[in-house]
Amino acid sequence: MSEHPTPTHEAAEPSGSDSASTPTSVTTGATSVVRALENAGAEVMFGVQGGAIMPVYDALYDSEIDHVTMAHEQGAAHAADAYNVVSGDPGLCLATSGPGATNLVTGLADANMDSDAVVALTGQVPSDMVGSDAFQETDTTGVTAPITKNNYFASSADTVGDDVGEAFALAGAGRPGPTLVDLPKDVTNAETDRDPGPAQTPETYTPQSEADEEAVAEAARAIENAERPLLLFGGGVVKAGASEQARKLAIDYEIPVVTTMPGIGTMPEDHDLCLSWAGMHGTGYANMAITHTDLLVAIGTRFDDRLTGGIDTFAPEAEIVHVDIDPAEISKNVHADYPLIGDAGRVVEQIDDELTAAPDADEWREQCQTWKSEYPMTYAAPDDEPLKPQFVVETLDEATPDDTIVTTGVGQHQMWAAQYWTYREPRQWISSHGLGTMGYGLPAAIGARFAADDDRTVVCVDGDGSFLMTMQELSVAVRENLDITVAILNNEYIGMVRQWQDAFFEGRHMAADYNWIPEFDKLAEAFGARGWRVDDYDEVADAIEEAVAYDGPSVIDFHIDPAENVYPMVPSGGANAKFALTEEQL
Amino acid sequence: MSDGLQGPPPEERPHPEGRRNELGIRIDPEIEAKAPERQAVLSALVKHEPGVLARVSGLFSRRQFNIESLTVGPTTDEDRARITLVVEETDPGIEQAKKQLQKLVPVIAVTELEPSAIERELALIKVDGSAPDQVGAVAEMYDGKAVDVSQESVTVEITGSEQKIDAAVDAFERFGVHEIVRTGTAALERGTRKTT
Repeated sequence: MSEHPTPTHEAAEPSGSDSASTPTSVTTGATSVVRALENAGAEVMFGVQGGAIMPVYDALYDSEIDHVTMAHEQGAAHAADAYNVVSGDPGLCLATSGPGATNLVTGLADANMDSDAVVALTGQVPSDMVGSDAFQETDTTGVTAPITKNNYFASSADTVGDDVGEAFALAGAGRPGPTLVDLPKDVTNAETDRDPGPAQTPETYTPQSEADEEAVAEAARAIENAERPLLLFGGGVVKAGASEQARKLAIDYEIPVVTTMPGIGTMPEDHDLCLSWAGMHGTGYANMAITHTDLLVAIGTRFDDRLTGGIDTFAPEAEIVHVDIDPAEISKNVHADYPLIGDAGRVVEQIDDELTAAPDADEWREQCQTWKSEYPMTYAAPDDEPLKPQFVVETLDEATPDDTIVTTGVGQHQMWAAQYWTYREPRQWISSHGLGTMGYGLPAAIGARFAADDDRTVVCVDGDGSFLMTMQELSVAVRENLDITVAILNNEYIGMVRQWQDAFFEGRHMAADYNWIPEFDKLAEAFGARGWRVDDYDEVADAIEEAVAYDGPSVIDFHIDPAENVYPMVPSGGANAKFALTEEQL
Repeated sequence: MSDGLQGPPPEERPHPEGRRNELGIRIDPEIEAKAPERQAVLSALVKHEPGVLARVSGLFSRRQFNIESLTVGPTTDEDRARITLVVEETDPGIEQAKKQLQKLVPVIAVTELEPSAIERELALIKVDGSAPDQVGAVAEMYDGKAVDVSQESVTVEITGSEQKIDAAVDAFERFGVHEIVRTGTAALERGTRKTT
């Protein structure tokens, strides 16, 4: 293992900022943009330079906002996204026009699907060239309209700071989501001395925070009278910072809990009442419970198809209490018998205040415990067989502190990381859920690293395919000397596709087998990170210990059993309770 | 550690009898339920700014709402425009369309108009010119008028409900219709009832 000198320049330090804590004085559109970000409390942004955005970068030269140069704009968007999930504050990304903006698209679509607050600022060709197919021109607001909460085309230097402030405020308000401000170069270059006003949401945006009292009372009666009540905590509980209230509801009234994948950590997974997460690869006991409940109290979830399986068989005997801040989610996929529109934390408190008794559900709780023992999340790991990914994930979990942040890409490794790591707190599990973006993990680990306190451990559990999609961001981790550990569960396949080919395409491995894959440990070293390769069980713990202890970016290339598949599995559109435990059961 | 995942196989697990239909509504498992569609007129008051029409039409296309017509025009307030949409959806689909529209930031208010609302559409119908008098007579029947006459054709202007215009177009077919353009429905509530 070779030793690399740590890069010496301090890229995260604002290079020209002798005058720390002095707000940017507004002289141009670009300085107004930066001032608006400072006013909104922005601390760090992730981006890539380029022609049309140069005026904004120039204004950042004198600002105390840190800028992290990413290798690719997609990485910037994912880093901003994970920054938001970990910190709760909007994440910021910056890109130039044309390819810079289009490279952001995947990250913005990802943030949109997972309701993450991300603010993107994009350069644009000068206003008088818009529409002329100018160099690096793309209709950025047009391209991103379907994947942002709202976007803005800045029209004047006097108001561009207000646009940015509004985009920032809107991203985090109500149901969070990505926003974008497109910044024509003439607007950012133009002179102005007008300070941006306070960041505020548009007057047409009025999310409801408290649910209608009568509706709460009806829902409370339904909870009191339920025989098989079940709480379902979704990502909205994380966004609303409502885990505490939600846990209290579960514990005080002794109601079992399942979560969605984005809701992982809202209830400690080692709590008796917690049945972990339901859905396609969720636990058998969560899927049994969600199928048999007679009252599903769903908080902050949009009933994604990966959760529900086929709608016809989803919670088929349950009345549904649906708490959500977005009225459009009510009865979108599953009919809500008791719709409660409002902030998750506030509405849970309202329910709590209204409840007069716990439901009589002793038998049901026992049944849930029985399912827990009937369908344990066990796995086989014989010494004479190749390394099992579940073992790697469990060993990582044991070797790291309880508050470790885990990011992932998308695929089999993501499912194992969700299944075999025991999560206890929200904002600890950082993944790409709705969009399913391979390559999310490494840039997300970078964003998470900037958001988390220095003493927290950040681990990216990645797949070989996912890592190949954004591994260039390792250069950023090395340059910024970021303490993150990437654990690649390498089966030299696009594993989830190979699993589906085995199950549904007669084992015809079309374009799922890489046949050849780089040596990731050496690649890590070439980037200036530390690298390990692990093939055997007895090397796992040592490699993890060294990698986690190393104060900088490290990569462990775990060569796992290529034949291992993810189970339980509810086939697409199937019934949750009919989850398969083996391929033969599909 | 054991031999992998344990537990009774799928066919041995109990499963409730209940069922939901395609709209996620619990139904009698014995009944094959298909939700009926109906026509609704939605009126959206929007900020009069660039791109708002694209946002609204993009929303309807990407969420696969069935849309019959869409019209847009200014209001008495120069900062606001009104978009009238005619959609053909199930009741939950109409609700969903309204809520998704309302979610767009430049949209100020959305309402579904009463069935009694005033609905009007304008059509220009270019009919073959071989029998101009008869064309004029039919136009009169539909309170329309000829607005352009040439050797080859007569162009008739008709205003009315969608159904009336459908009927008028049918009536002109026997002369031969060369071209047609329709504006789509514009609508307002009757009397003192506010549209949005």
